[in-house]
Amino acid sequence: MTVRLFIPKDACAIACGADEVVAAIEAAARKTGTAIEIVRTGSRGMLWLEPLVEVETADGRIGYGPVTEDDVYGLVAAGLFQGGAHELRIGKPEEHPFMAKQTRLTFARCGIIDPASYTDYCRLGGYKGLERALQLGPAEIIEEVKKSGLRGRGGAGFPTAIKWKTVADAKDDRKYIVCNADEGDSGTFADRMIMEGDPFQLIEGMTIAGLAVGATKGFVYTRSEYPHAIAAMAKAIEVARQHGMLGVNIAGSQHSFDMEVRMGAGAYVCGEETALLDSLEGGRGTVRAKPPLPAHKGLFQKPTVINNVLSLVAVPHILADGAQKYADFGMGRSRGTMPVQIAGNVRYGGLFETAFGIPLGELINDIGGGTASGRPVKAAQVGGPLGAYVPTWDFDLPFDYEEFAKRDALIGHGGIVVFDDTADLAKMARFAMEFCSVESCGKCTPCRIGSTRGVELMDRIMRGERREANLAVLTDLCHTMKLGSLCALGGFTPYPVMSALKHFPEDFGAAPRTLEAAE
Amino acid sequence: MPHYEPWSEARAREVINEFAHLEGPLMPMLHGIQETFGHVPEEVVPMLAETLNQSRAEIHGVITFYHDFRHEPAGRHVLKLCRAEACQAAGGDALAAHAEDRLGCKLGETTADGRVTVEPIYCLGLCATAPSAMLDGRIVARLTERRLEALITEAQS
Ligand SMILES: Cc1cc2nc3c(=O)[nH]c(=O)nc-3n(C[C@H](O)[C@H](O)[C@H](O)COP(=O)(O)O)c2cc1C
Ligand code: SF4
Ligand code: FES
Repeated sequence: MTVRLFIPKDACAIACGADEVVAAIEAAARKTGTAIEIVRTGSRGMLWLEPLVEVETADGRIGYGPVTEDDVYGLVAAGLFQGGAHELRIGKPEEHPFMAKQTRLTFARCGIIDPASYTDYCRLGGYKGLERALQLGPAEIIEEVKKSGLRGRGGAGFPTAIKWKTVADAKDDRKYIVCNADEGDSGTFADRMIMEGDPFQLIEGMTIAGLAVGATKGFVYTRSEYPHAIAAMAKAIEVARQHGMLGVNIAGSQHSFDMEVRMGAGAYVCGEETALLDSLEGGRGTVRAKPPLPAHKGLFQKPTVINNVLSLVAVPHILADGAQKYADFGMGRSRGTMPVQIAGNVRYGGLFETAFGIPLGELINDIGGGTASGRPVKAAQVGGPLGAYVPTWDFDLPFDYEEFAKRDALIGHGGIVVFDDTADLAKMARFAMEFCSVESCGKCTPCRIGSTRGVELMDRIMRGERREANLAVLTDLCHTMKLGSLCALGGFTPYPVMSALKHFPEDFGAAPRTLEAAE
Repeated sequence: MPHYEPWSEARAREVINEFAHLEGPLMPMLHGIQETFGHVPEEVVPMLAETLNQSRAEIHGVITFYHDFRHEPAGRHVLKLCRAEACQAAGGDALAAHAEDRLGCKLGETTADGRVTVEPIYCLGLCATAPSAMLDGRIVARLTERRLEALITEAQS
C-alpha cells in the first residue's frame, strides 16, 4: 500500500529545508522499497516545527518536526512510514496544544489540503459560501457581512460592509475588486500563508465581493518578496478557471468574474490602498488625497473595493455558516477571529488564529513560550513598523482594536514581534524613523523631511548630545508628523518612536528607572 | 546563478509586447525587462514611453520609485539580508555586520570582484523563523553565522 506523507511547500518550510527533506525521504523510500506519495501542503502555522512532516496512518495524520534532511535516515529506521516513535514525533498536529487552543476559521484548511487541489478545497467546505451568495444576491450578501461585524484586517479596522455598500451603490460601467496582499509589516505572514496554503479561499472571497458590488474583475497585488505565494495564487486561478469557478458564468450562474495576480517592486508604501492603486495602474506608488474614496474613484477611476487578504477570506465563512456564528466570536466591536502572527525573538513562533479579546501576554508568554534566546522579554512591537512598542507591564492588553487604541497602540495586521532584554529601544526608534524616510512616498513634508530630521535627532540623542533639548525637538517633530501627514506612514511612525521613549527612557540616556524610583 | 540575456532591442520589444494587452501593463513590463536583462537598461525608457503614450520623464519616474528595479547589472550573485524588526530582534544585526565584514562592502554594494551584491531587504514573511536571507531568489530562514558563512562561500564561488 502506498504511504501518504504531507510536507509543506509554504515558503517558511522551504526556507527551513523542506525541499531537502522531501528529497531525502524520497531517496529513503526508494532504498527501502516503500511506495510513497508526498502531498505538498501549506503550513499548519507551528512554524518552529517546520519542516513538519506528517504521515497518514489508520489513526489519522501523525506529525514529526522540525525535521532536517539529516534526521530522515533515523526517522525512516524508527518507522516514520508507520507513524513510529521518535523524539521528533509530535502526535496528531491538530491535538498539539498550540493548535487545540485556536479557533480556526480562516486557517481551517491551511496545512491540511493540497493548495492546488480544487477537490480538496471543496471537500473541506470550500465554495459553500459562494453557493449561498449566489442564492442571496447583492443586497443580502452585504447585509450578512454587515451583521457579522467584519472589520478590515489590513490595519485600519474599517467595517467591510460599509465599503462594499458604497461600491455597490456607485453607478459605473466597470468596477473592480482589489486584494491588498502587500503585507509589508515585519512580523506578519498570514496573507502569505493563505495564498500559499489555501488560495481558493481568497478566490472565493473575491468572487463573492464581485457578486456583492457588481464587479467582474479582480486583482491580487502582492509583494515581490513573496515569489512562492505568487506562484501558488497563479496556479489556483488557473485551476479555478478550468473548473468554471472563474471566467464567464461562474459556477453555472449568469455572473462573470475573473482575476489576476500582480507584483509590486519593493515599496512598503504601496500597501497603502491608494498608492497600491497607482502602482497597479503603472505609476509611482504615491498616496492619493481622499476624497475621492477608492469606493467612488478607485482603480482606473472606477469604483473599487480594496480589502486585505484576511478580510476577504473571512467572507466565505460568514456566508457559508451565517453572520451570527462569526459575530459570536470576539469582544466589543472587534468581532470574529484574528489570525495573530507571533514572531521575532520567540520560542514558539507561528500563526495563532483566535477570537479577539485574548491578552497580549498570553499570546507571547504562554502560547509563544517567551523568547527564543531564553532571556526575559523586554517589549513587543505589535502591528508592524508603524505599531507601538508595548512593554511587559502592558501585556494585560486584550487583543481588541479599541483597547489597543486606548493605550496608544495598534493591532494593525496582527503581527507581534518579540524582543528580549538585550534590545536597544532607542535604536529601534531610530530604525522606525529611518524606515519612514526610506519608504516615504514623498508627497508630504512632515513625512518626507520630518523622518530624515528624526534620524538625525536620534543620532544626536544616542551620542548624548544636548539630550534634553533634542528629545523635546523629537517629541515636537513626532507631534507634527502625527497631525500633518497624509497617510499612516508619516502619521503613525511616531507610535514606535514615542512608545519606545515613553516606556524605555533609559535607552535614550535617561537615568535607569530603578534609580529614578529611589530618588 | 541567474542567467541574463545581453541587451537587444528586438528582445526588449518582445518582452514589452508580451504584456501589452494587460490593464496597467507598466509594472509587469518592467519586471519582465529586469528578469530578461538583469536590470532595466536606460534604452527601454523611450520604448516604453512610446508604447504607453507617456513621457520619458514619467517612465523614468516610475522606474526610480521602486527599490527593486536596478539601473545597472548586479553582481553575479545577489545576497539579500532581512533587516526588518523581527529579524533584528533575532540577531540580524550581528549577521549583517558579519556579511559586510566578510565581503568587504556595505549593504547595498557589490564586492570589488563583481561576484556578490549584498542588499538589505525588508521582510520576507519568514519572521517566525528569523533571521532570514535570500540568495539569488532562494530563501533561507533560521540564519546563523555558520549558515551565513555557507551562503557567502556559495556566492563567492
Ligand atoms: C504605509 C501603509 C502601508 C499599508 N500596508 C498595508 C498592507 O500591506 N496590507 C493591507 O492590507 N493594508 C495595508 N495598509 C492599509 C490600507 O491602506 C487599507 O487600509 C487596507 O488595504 C484596507 O483593507 P481592509 O479594509 O480590508 O483592511 C497600509 C497602510 C499604510 C498607510
Ligand atoms: S505620510 Fe509619507 S507616505 Fe504618506 S502620503 Fe505623506 S509622504 Fe507619502
Ligand atoms: S522581518 Fe525578516 S522575514 Fe520578516
